[in-house]
Amino acid sequence: MSDKPLLEVDSLYKSFGGITALDGVSFEVESGTLTGLIGPNGAGKSTTFNTIGGILKADSGTVRFDGEDITGESPDRIARKGLVRTFQMSREFQNMTVIENMMIAPTGQRGESALQSITPGLRENVSDQEEDIFEQAWEMLELFDIDHLALENAGALSGGQRKLLELARALMLDPEMLLLDEPFAGVNPTLEKTLIDRIETLRDKGQTFLLVEHDMDVIMEHCERVIVMHQGDTLLTGTPEEVQSEERVIEAYLGGSVA
Amino acid sequence: MSVQEGPVASRLPDSLVGYWENDLVKIGATLAAVYLLYVVAGLLLGYGLSGQLNSLRRLTFLIVLYSIGALVVNLHWGYSGLFNIGVVGFMAVGVYTTTILTRPVAGQNPTGTLPGLGLPLPIAIAGGVLAAALVGYLAALPSLRLRDDYFAIVTLAFAEIIRITAKASELQEFTIFGTTVGTGGGRGIRTYPNPINQFFEGTGAPIVNAVSGTIDGPLVSGWTFVLALTFVLVCVLWVIVRIVESPFGRVLKGIRDDEEATTALAKNTGSFKIRSFIIGCGILGLLGIIWQGSQGYISPSLFVPQLTFFIWIAVIIGGAGSNTGSIIGSILFVGTIYLGPGYVRRLVEEFVSLSGRATNFPDALGALAGGDISGIILYTLDQTSALRVILTGVLLIWLLKRRPDGLFGNRREMASSIDVESRVRDRQSNDSTAGGEE
Amino acid sequence: MKMYPHVTLGPIGTVRERLPFAEHAIKIAAIIFGLAVLFDMFRQLTTGELTIALIAGYLWRGLSYGLVIGLAGVGLSLTYDLLDFANFAHGDYITLSAFVGWGVAYLVAGFGQFKTGSLLFLGVGGTVYPQDVGISVTNAPIAILIGLVMAALVGALLAVALDSAVYKSMRGAGNITLLIASVGVAFILRYGAVYLFTQQTFGLTADSWSYKLGLPGGTVTITSASLLLIFVSLLMMLGVHLLLTQTKLGKSMRAMAANQQLARVTGIPSEKIIRRTWLIGGALAGIAGFMIALLQGTINYQIGWTLLLLVFAGVIMGGIGSVYGAIVGGILVGLITRVSLIWIPASFTEATGFAVMILILLTRPAGIFGGDVS
Repeated sequence: MSDKPLLEVDSLYKSFGGITALDGVSFEVESGTLTGLIGPNGAGKSTTFNTIGGILKADSGTVRFDGEDITGESPDRIARKGLVRTFQMSREFQNMTVIENMMIAPTGQRGESALQSITPGLRENVSDQEEDIFEQAWEMLELFDIDHLALENAGALSGGQRKLLELARALMLDPEMLLLDEPFAGVNPTLEKTLIDRIETLRDKGQTFLLVEHDMDVIMEHCERVIVMHQGDTLLTGTPEEVQSEERVIEAYLGGSVA
Repeated sequence: MSVQEGPVASRLPDSLVGYWENDLVKIGATLAAVYLLYVVAGLLLGYGLSGQLNSLRRLTFLIVLYSIGALVVNLHWGYSGLFNIGVVGFMAVGVYTTTILTRPVAGQNPTGTLPGLGLPLPIAIAGGVLAAALVGYLAALPSLRLRDDYFAIVTLAFAEIIRITAKASELQEFTIFGTTVGTGGGRGIRTYPNPINQFFEGTGAPIVNAVSGTIDGPLVSGWTFVLALTFVLVCVLWVIVRIVESPFGRVLKGIRDDEEATTALAKNTGSFKIRSFIIGCGILGLLGIIWQGSQGYISPSLFVPQLTFFIWIAVIIGGAGSNTGSIIGSILFVGTIYLGPGYVRRLVEEFVSLSGRATNFPDALGALAGGDISGIILYTLDQTSALRVILTGVLLIWLLKRRPDGLFGNRREMASSIDVESRVRDRQSNDSTAGGEE
Repeated sequence: MKMYPHVTLGPIGTVRERLPFAEHAIKIAAIIFGLAVLFDMFRQLTTGELTIALIAGYLWRGLSYGLVIGLAGVGLSLTYDLLDFANFAHGDYITLSAFVGWGVAYLVAGFGQFKTGSLLFLGVGGTVYPQDVGISVTNAPIAILIGLVMAALVGALLAVALDSAVYKSMRGAGNITLLIASVGVAFILRYGAVYLFTQQTFGLTADSWSYKLGLPGGTVTITSASLLLIFVSLLMMLGVHLLLTQTKLGKSMRAMAANQQLARVTGIPSEKIIRRTWLIGGALAGIAGFMIALLQGTINYQIGWTLLLLVFAGVIMGGIGSVYGAIVGGILVGLITRVSLIWIPASFTEATGFAVMILILLTRPAGIFGGDVS
């Protein structure tokens, strides 16, 4: 583990028209950790993810990833640097099959060059890589227990299945850090346990996870650190125990404003 | 392999076996049905052998060309989500560039015609295709920022700018860097001789002579040209299938489905859109070269948005997102809507005796008021070009309401260079036979 | 293509809010270019290549042309804004209303002297000529006026009828589907016009009073047609302005336009508002069609279509979602296409309008009056 945090978010402000969505959010995430991001609805968690991920541009503030300033970079550049996010409303490709959704994910595919895909000699190289990508995708589908849906159009899946696909697909990018936006909503508890175990194994191998979840048990049992957001700002960060016992957190969730 | 393989299929690469099994048969069957329709019509109209062959030649000529156009529109819209309604503009760039490049230089051109740069035809064709691709690049740049309908307006604007430029009298004939070239302005310009015609007028003449007892001479080179065009279609299809069944094509599908999510998966979507657009526009340039260019004479009035929308409806009939659909859609469009009204008119004239002529609508109405319906019928039948477009419009609306996916729009056409579907089925059946459970 | 709440609803497809360096550069380049153009204009004035009269003539013709484009743009902008689709049939509403309006004008002017059918169909096939009927603003003002009103009525009815027949059942269909459907409608209308009137271009007006204004360098001809056009256009624009600010309907329309995002999320605008929007837009299209035919003195099946892309240009320049923008944008387009004659050959004037539109879409897609694009 390096001594500098992998992700540093510093004083992000973002407003839409008259509404302030982010009001100075700041936090850090250490490499190789499983960190939780919690807060009541409307606290700005998804907006934070959107801003970190490059889909939204903050009015002010910075985001640093692995020491590099990524504020305002385009989403594809950020993802290429190793910071990948999933969406709260899962955005699988509805008109493509599950297996295609998986195979599109890995970066640096030879076949993404039109020339290589067309030219007779070079296309064989592309197909070789396709075989590897297929194996990788199939393994992941089996792990997530959705391999039987491989040929279904992603749009035909149930809500929980789509969440699984979203997570599985994100993992295909082998990201250094993954921002997970409610990945277990609608997923059955047994499978949720398997996935959390899987995430923890990946964490132990060095991947970093920032997890937004409403299931407090998951957060408290598995996250090393928890960041609490409220009304667009960071309320506090600490270990699960510290956060659980903090009165301000309880008040925030019950709807009162916190001084 | 779980797929049955016949003698041809076993010699084909994986990705084509599926085609042979299904799609080629579908295309062939549709074509055969339309051919039959036309042969019957020809019989009823008293066409001899030459007449039938010519009728089918014209039919096939248009089908092949519309298919190429439809495949490009399908690549742009069905696969990449790029709404290109400036199709004719890129065709115009291709054929005008080739014409200017290949016409004889000043001094060697027949008097009274426009000079060009005198380059050999193959080089000129390459130049035309490149020019169309370049203009396609310029037109694609706005797509990076604009929503699809605004981008559509931009493509239409491009096509109109191109047409206006081709029509401009200032460019009709001009001298630049000491060379004189011209576009012909509003009057148009002669293009280039058809090498196939030239062959049959020269070395191939004996062949023509041999058959000229049974069929008309010009049919030989006419049909040979159509077969050559079919070969071009096959090549275009080959390229597009390889593009589409690959990781590149997969990303294009992702872009069409949800561009933002594709971006979140680390894909530089702008680069993919531009490449897809350029390739399509290059092919459109080639289309203009072999279509309007082969007719010997081009003018700006040939490149009007109406043609773009005819190609579009072929795609919509077949279903956006399916290459086979685009070809079948073209067969059906040309066979029924495009050439149909003309044949219906001829058939009616042949079999129904109608007298009287009405050259304009009020007179036809007047005749109707007087109890005579032949006036209005004859008038209506005369308006073939108007009928064709009106039918297209009605069909468009009906399709969009009832069958927006067209005939094949919701098929599964896997975007990979390997046969993913059969690999998946193998794994899935292994799982169930082994009683495996995760 | 999916639309998510945080994605903009104007021209920009994804939320790329930052202005890349290139965009700033283009804007600076555009300002420098604009200044250079003005500078050259003065230069040409001093050398005599250009005269006050010539400029005035361009401005006058550009203004007339632009007002028509602006009028047509109001209807296009309203429906684009309310129903979020580009109505490619709008040009053909213009054409058909113009044909009917002029047919009625002919009927009124030449009643009894010629066959009704020939008059209504503008003498298609060479049965009646403008000189025979002697129709012009000064000779037959009543006929012109009735024709104008007729054109507005037909435009309004046509728009509403087509909405009921085609677009109503497709309310949630998505902007591309509606666009393509409108292309289908456009085809039917345009070639319906060909069926009825053939592809002939009809001369419409006989000679009419005009005033030759003397200015340094020459004269500017001010036709009665253009005077009527300007008067009617300004009247219509005043009417639209009053409608938007004073009436309940207008206020609902403005509320819907301002709260696009909310409207999208909460649902589709009420059918009553939709119907009235089509009525207004269609009526203005009819007036614009009648006027452009009057201004040009000719009419054919394509006048609306050839105008349409310029109307789009005007609406885009002015900013989708703003009626005033559509008007200003239209006038700008008209002026650009005419004033550019100072530097650009006549063949390219329309292309200039399109080029400016493309440039605006690239640099400031929201247009001049476009609202907050986020």
